[in-house]
Amino acid sequence: MKIGVYICHCGSNIADHVNIEEVRKAIQEQTDAYVVKDVMFACSDSSQKEIVEDIKTKGLDAIVVASCSPKLHLPTFREVARRGGLNPYKYIQVNIREQCSWAHSDDKKGATNKAIRLIKAGIEKARFSEALDPIKIDAVNAVAVVGAGIAGLRAAIELADMGTYVYLIEREYFIGGRVTQWNELFTTNQTGREIITKLYHQLISYKNITLFTGAEIVETSGSVGNMQIKVRIKPRYVKPDCVFDLDKFEKAIEVCPVEVEDEFNFGLTKRKAIYKNYPGEFPEVPAIDFDHCTKCGECLKVCEGIDLEQKEEFLSLNVGAILLATGFDPYEPKQGEYGYGQVNNVITLQQFKRLIELCPDELVYNGHKVRSIAYIYCVGSRQQNGPNRYCSRYCCTAAMHTALLVKEKYTDVRNFHFTRGIRTYGKQEHIYHEALEQGDVVFQSFNDPLCEVEEQDGKPVVKINDFLTRGKPIELETDLVVLITGMVPRKNNTIAQLLKVPVGRDHFFNEIHLKLRPVETVIDGVFISGASQGPKNIMESVNSALAAASKANNLVKKGFISIEPTIAFVDTDKCQWCGKCLEICPFDAFEKVEEGGKQVARVITSLCKGCGMCLPVCPEDALQLHNYTDEQIESMIDDLIRA
Amino acid sequence: MNDTKPKILVFSTEKISDPAIDLAGLLKMHYPSSVYTVTVPCSSSIKPRWIMHAFEVGFDGVFIAADGTDCPYSETCTENTSEIVRQTQEIMRQKGLETARLKMAAICSVCSEAFVRQIKNFYDFLINQKQQENA
Repeated sequence: MKIGVYICHCGSNIADHVNIEEVRKAIQEQTDAYVVKDVMFACSDSSQKEIVEDIKTKGLDAIVVASCSPKLHLPTFREVARRGGLNPYKYIQVNIREQCSWAHSDDKKGATNKAIRLIKAGIEKARFSEALDPIKIDAVNAVAVVGAGIAGLRAAIELADMGTYVYLIEREYFIGGRVTQWNELFTTNQTGREIITKLYHQLISYKNITLFTGAEIVETSGSVGNMQIKVRIKPRYVKPDCVFDLDKFEKAIEVCPVEVEDEFNFGLTKRKAIYKNYPGEFPEVPAIDFDHCTKCGECLKVCEGIDLEQKEEFLSLNVGAILLATGFDPYEPKQGEYGYGQVNNVITLQQFKRLIELCPDELVYNGHKVRSIAYIYCVGSRQQNGPNRYCSRYCCTAAMHTALLVKEKYTDVRNFHFTRGIRTYGKQEHIYHEALEQGDVVFQSFNDPLCEVEEQDGKPVVKINDFLTRGKPIELETDLVVLITGMVPRKNNTIAQLLKVPVGRDHFFNEIHLKLRPVETVIDGVFISGASQGPKNIMESVNSALAAASKANNLVKKGFISIEPTIAFVDTDKCQWCGKCLEICPFDAFEKVEEGGKQVARVITSLCKGCGMCLPVCPEDALQLHNYTDEQIESMIDDLIRA
Repeated sequence: MNDTKPKILVFSTEKISDPAIDLAGLLKMHYPSSVYTVTVPCSSSIKPRWIMHAFEVGFDGVFIAADGTDCPYSETCTENTSEIVRQTQEIMRQKGLETARLKMAAICSVCSEAFVRQIKNFYDFLINQKQQENA
C-alpha cells in the first residue's frame, strides 16, 4: 500500500517545538510510507498542489498530513485527496500542533518523540482506512440568532433575506443592545438609535423572522441540522392584544412610585419599575421590571393595557444552527482604580457618553460646570499586571470622537488625553488629527498604572511622567476624569455554558481559526459574531455578523447536511441476534433480519449516527464502526507505544 | 510499567473532549508528553478489548475523557461509559491489574483546565505506582 506522509512546520508553530527533520527521518526509516515530505505550510496552495500531484503521479493509496487539529483542516485535506482522485476518507489528519507542539512547548525532545509516534499511528489508521461516501441527514432551514444588538439584528436580516427562518432571541425587553446607548457615532455622526430604528423597520418587514424579547434559551438538545431549543420568555406585563396608547403608558410610568438605578444610563439617573429606556425604543410598549415592582397597582389605575398576572412562558423550537451575537460588557473599574469610586468626578467613557446626551446645553457633573476633561486610556485593557492583556480596539477612536463632540457641543471645554499611544487605526486616524488640530493635548506613558489620580480640594488631579517630554512629571487639575474603559466578555453568559462554546485566553468566545474560520466554533452548527468574540467596533461587528449569517445559511439552506459515513456495520458470521445493539441504540438503527439461515442484526444506515454505542455491548464482538475498526484502533495503540 | 515516565493513552471524543484537549494546547497548558490521544466518536463506543490491548502492549494508564452529560448522541452516555469501565475493571481484576490504572472523567468541550489537572494527577498516581513496584 502506498501511503504519502506530509509533515507540516506550520511556520514556526510546530517547528519551534518539534524537530521536524528528526521526525521526517524517523518516519522514512521506521515505516513503509511511500512518500515522506516536510512542508512549510501544508495548507498552502503550493503544498496542496504538490500533494495532489504526488497522489496522481506516484499512485498513492492513502495520505497522512501531520499538522494542526482536524477541526481546522480536515475538510481542506479531504478535498485535496478528492482532487488527486482519492476517496476523501483515505485521508488521515494527525494533530501535532494543538496536541503536541503547543501542549509540550516546554519539552522539545518529548514533543518530537510524541510527534513520531502520533504519525506512525496515523499511518496505521490510513493503512486500514476505507473508501466511504458521506451520509445526508435532514436539516431544518431555521437559525436561532441570540442577541438583538447590532450584530444580531444585521445577521437576522441577512439570514431572512437569504430565505432562512430566523428566531431572534433577545434577553432584554428592548432590542438594539449597546448601540442604542451611544449617540453620534464615527464616521457618519448617525446616532446609534437611528441605525437601530432603521434595522428594526427592516426586520419587521420580513415574515420569516420571529422576534422574542425578554427571552432566553434555557435548554438545548439534538445536534447540528436539527437542534431543539427551549426558550423561556419573561412576561412583559402588558396585554399582548391591548390597543397601544402611548399617553396612557406614559401616565403609568409617571405614577409608578418605584425608582431604581437606571442601567441604561450607567447609574447616572433613576428609572421607574415600569419603563422604556428612551422614547421611540423598540418594541414600543414599555415593560415592567418585576424584580423591583411592588405590585402597588398604581399603573393599573391609569392604564388598562397592563396585566400584572402574566406568567413566564416556555417555547420549544427546532433549528438547524445557532448564531451567537451576545455582545460585551464595558469594563467596570475596581474601587480606587484611577480614583474610580474614591475620588470625586471620576467616571467611565460609557457614563460620559450618556452624560453628554443628558446635558443638552451645558456640561454639568455633580452640580458643577465641566471646563476641563482628562481622558485616561486603556483602563481595563492592555493591562501589564492584570488579566486583560488585549487591546479593546474601539476605545481610542470612541474617546477621540467623544472629545471632538464635546468641543463641538459645549465649545468652552479643554481636552487632555493620557494615553499609552493612540490606536485610531484605518480611517479613524482622521479624528486623531482633527482632535490635535482643535488643540487637544496628548500625554503618553508606558508605566502601569499609566498615571495617578488624586483628589485635591474636591477636584481630581492627574499626575503622569510624560514620555513625550522625556519623562517630565506633569500634574493636571481637572473638572472631570473620564476612564476610557474597554470591553470584557458578558458576565451573565448562560448561553455559552449551555452550548459549551469554547472561550480563549481573553475569555471571549473562541473561533476555530482567526483567519481561516473566523466565525465557526468547534461546536458544529454554533456560530459566533460581533463583540461576543472579542473587542470590535460597530463596523467590525457587522462584518462578522454577516460572515456568520452567511456560514449559518450555507449550512442549513439545502435542507440536508452531509455527515460522516462512519456508521456501524455487522459481522454477520459472528452475530447471533441478541437484540442488545437495538436496546442501547438511541436512534433505533438496528433491525433483525434473516441471513444465511439465522437471525442477525442489520444496521439501518439512514438512522445510524455513527456514535458507536452498540460496539461494546455486543457479546459476540460482531459490531464495528467504519474507520474506527478494531484493526485500526489496536494498530494505532501499538504504534503509539512502540519506541 | 518499566520505564520511569508513565505512558497514558487517552480516549477522547470528536465533538466534546477532543476540542478541550486542543484548547489546552492552544492555551499552552502543559502536560506530560507521554500522553497520547486516540479519538473516537463517543465515549460509549470504547470497547473493553481496546483498553485491555493498551495495557497489554505497555501503556501504564488509560484515561477516558468522557462526553458526560454533554454527549450529543444520548443522555445515557455517562451510564454507558461507566458500564464499560466497570466491565473492563472486572477483566483487569481477573488479570491481576490494578484497576485504578483505568480512569474516567467527563471532559466538556471547554474543560481544558480540568483535563490537564486530571491528567497530571493521574500521571503522578502512575509514577507512585511505578515507584512502589520498583521498591
